[in-house]
Amino acid sequence: MSKKQIVRVFDEYHKSRMQFVQTVADLATEPRNIQVLQNAGVMSMLRALLLDVNPSIQQTAALTLGRLADHSDDLATVVVEENILPSLVQSLALQNRFYKKAAAFVLRAVAKHSPELSQAVVACGGVDALVSCLDDFDPGVKEAAAWALGSIAQHNASLCQSVVDAGAVPLLVLCLLEPEMALKRITASTLSEICKHTPELAQTVVDNGAISHLAQMIFNPDAKLKRQVFSALCQVSKHSEGLAEIVIEANIFPAALACLQDPDKYVKKNVVTLMREIVKHSLALSEMIVACGAIGVVIDYLGHCQGSLRLPGIMLLGYVAAHSENLAMAVILSKGVHQLALCLAEEHESHIKAAIAWSIGQIGHHTPEHAKAVATCDLLTKLLELYVDASSSEDLQAKSKKALKTILQKCTYLLGLEPLLYDVPTTILKHVVGQISKVTQLVLPHDSQARRLFVTSGGLKRLQEIEAEPGSPLQEHIDTINNSYPEEIVRYYSPNYSQVLLEQLEHYEPA
Amino acid sequence: MAELQKIKNEVEELKKEYFCRSRQAEENRQRENQAATRIQSWVRACKVHAYLSHLHKKAIIIQKIWRGFTARARFRQMVKAAYFIMKMNFYEEMAVRIQRRWRGFFVRKYVHNFYARKSYLKGLSRKNELVRMELDELQELQKRERDCLERVKEQTAKVYQAHRLHHLLSTEQCPGVFNSPFRPAPHEMELLLRQVKYQAPTRLSRGVRACPAGMPAPTAPSFHGTLPPPWIETTGTYCSSRPILPPIAIKKQQVLFREPGEVWEQRVHCPDLTLRLRTSYTHLEEAQNQLRQRDSKGIPTGTLGTGSMLHHLSQSRNSSTQPANSKSFR
Repeated sequence: MSKKQIVRVFDEYHKSRMQFVQTVADLATEPRNIQVLQNAGVMSMLRALLLDVNPSIQQTAALTLGRLADHSDDLATVVVEENILPSLVQSLALQNRFYKKAAAFVLRAVAKHSPELSQAVVACGGVDALVSCLDDFDPGVKEAAAWALGSIAQHNASLCQSVVDAGAVPLLVLCLLEPEMALKRITASTLSEICKHTPELAQTVVDNGAISHLAQMIFNPDAKLKRQVFSALCQVSKHSEGLAEIVIEANIFPAALACLQDPDKYVKKNVVTLMREIVKHSLALSEMIVACGAIGVVIDYLGHCQGSLRLPGIMLLGYVAAHSENLAMAVILSKGVHQLALCLAEEHESHIKAAIAWSIGQIGHHTPEHAKAVATCDLLTKLLELYVDASSSEDLQAKSKKALKTILQKCTYLLGLEPLLYDVPTTILKHVVGQISKVTQLVLPHDSQARRLFVTSGGLKRLQEIEAEPGSPLQEHIDTINNSYPEEIVRYYSPNYSQVLLEQLEHYEPA
Repeated sequence: MAELQKIKNEVEELKKEYFCRSRQAEENRQRENQAATRIQSWVRACKVHAYLSHLHKKAIIIQKIWRGFTARARFRQMVKAAYFIMKMNFYEEMAVRIQRRWRGFFVRKYVHNFYARKSYLKGLSRKNELVRMELDELQELQKRERDCLERVKEQTAKVYQAHRLHHLLSTEQCPGVFNSPFRPAPHEMELLLRQVKYQAPTRLSRGVRACPAGMPAPTAPSFHGTLPPPWIETTGTYCSSRPILPPIAIKKQQVLFREPGEVWEQRVHCPDLTLRLRTSYTHLEEAQNQLRQRDSKGIPTGTLGTGSMLHHLSQSRNSSTQPANSKSFR
């Protein structure tokens, strides 16, 4: 055999390997092929090809592995079990940027499925290799590395801690400043994953100056970037008041309110979630947010969106109202209660309804004014319905009962209390009647108009119809109420009055 | 003798009487002694009693005077204390009145200021309205921007189409597809076709070909009429906020170094000054040919063409670094 022929043999072998690996890479993009590929034993072949001489074969093999691992977590487990990861990690440091991208893709695909797989990635030194990739010049490599770190860090706090200990955070903050949009998005989402676990991790991110960069990126027109930025800020501020104050000091409000008009619904949701996390810590922070005019905008937002997107807005209103009665009054004046009533009518999910019930309770429980505002929107009957409804979950029932009780204690608006006398379980009934008796004793002696209204609207009549055991607190309340009205009126409205009159007729003898 | 006898009898009787009396006396001695003791003790007792009662009386007098003295002193003290307490009560009541008034004033003015609350709530609703209005305006503006961008994209696509279909232009003999004789006026596509100047296909990657040299200026003014001038500024800033980096040029080795002597000569000697241009007649065509050739050789084909993914990557990078596209509408 001449030299040319021998070389030709090697060339053919090389070409066939190349073709094989490229075809497998293309096949791996289709989910239905993957099972067949796995049965054909593609994993061990790819492992062998990873160590090939030719760099392009290595890269394609790595890419294929990534696609396979991305597809399902058993394949990812197979990747881990075949000990492919250590060789990948070692070559990460040496190879060119395409290989690095493909290897980082594999690590991400493996790590994203479960904490155990991520632990396997961390155990073979993947984190350090990825962090050194973050230092690379090529933005694609940085993006792949950041994405892989994000998928490792998302599972739990200890994995996240190992990512942070490898010194990823300063490099990630530097990546935020790069001009490529995709890199910025991925970095923002990775920072958001890191911050979400514990306050210390969030503090680490803040100490590296991430907040100011994130705050500047709010003005960027790209919607997906804004989603991640707001999610990151939200995860930072949810841990403690100090962190929330740091986020506020970055001057994102009132500019963030402009993002509430963004056409992308997840941007809006994340903005509202950010505001909710800030507001729930303290009165001063809520006052600040309210002073920016956020309440009106949030209520408009609640009007426009549907379903679980409304949940952060509802909880925001609840937290704001919970802090002080000024803020609760502010919520009421901005038509918050009206909007919540609309949401309650439209939503069907149990947890959203529970959140609405809780928010209404927070708004209404401060003073009689607030309770009256809640009662005028007919919300007391709705709360009662939620409580009584057998198909509501326990959480919903508990929350609506609590809300109802706290509002009832402050409600002096008798017309609102009155519909609650009909079809009510006794536990609620005694509270309602107790409240009516309190109101009758304290308020009604001065307000003849209200007394008259109570009688004419049928409330007194309904009270007489309630059967209570004598001596029970219910009966005492009813007696107290009856005592404050003239006896004739009480007798007139008692249930069997017509019978009583007719009986009188029987015993009557004309003189 | 009788008298003696009488006297002797008397003596006998006397003796007997003496004996009787002394016997009686002896008998009575005890009794009388006791009686005498009794009387004496009684008298002593009376004396002592009188003394004691005298002492008692004096003691009583002293105690009486002393007790009166101390009681009066205590009474005076009590009166003083009662007076003091009455004064303190009075002061306290007055202080309570002052504090009540003060606290009411303070709370009403600073803590639960009704008017402050009212104005706060009014201000808040006004602020809400303001913010809503501003946000609506902002939304309007953003929507307009987005619409403009959409329209620009559409127009670019149409121009590209026109460029691809340049051959469908109508001629004098034969009306084109878009210029049907039954139509009152030519289709817009026809107008575009007329405006597009055909350029021979060069071996560039796909994304670049859509920028023919004679790009019509009229397409840009078609936007001006519909939108207010500030739009131009905003899109301008929007486009320029993304800095487009120049492509990473592969360093070509500089061939054909000239001799140092030649360069020095060129520097030192002035060129010949004539009024006539030293260019040939065909200079323009030659220059154009040269340009065309340089362009075709300029960007190397398949920079790192290994693997399909990498091919795509290099494609996308090439298309993203072409600055010509976005600048064609200025």
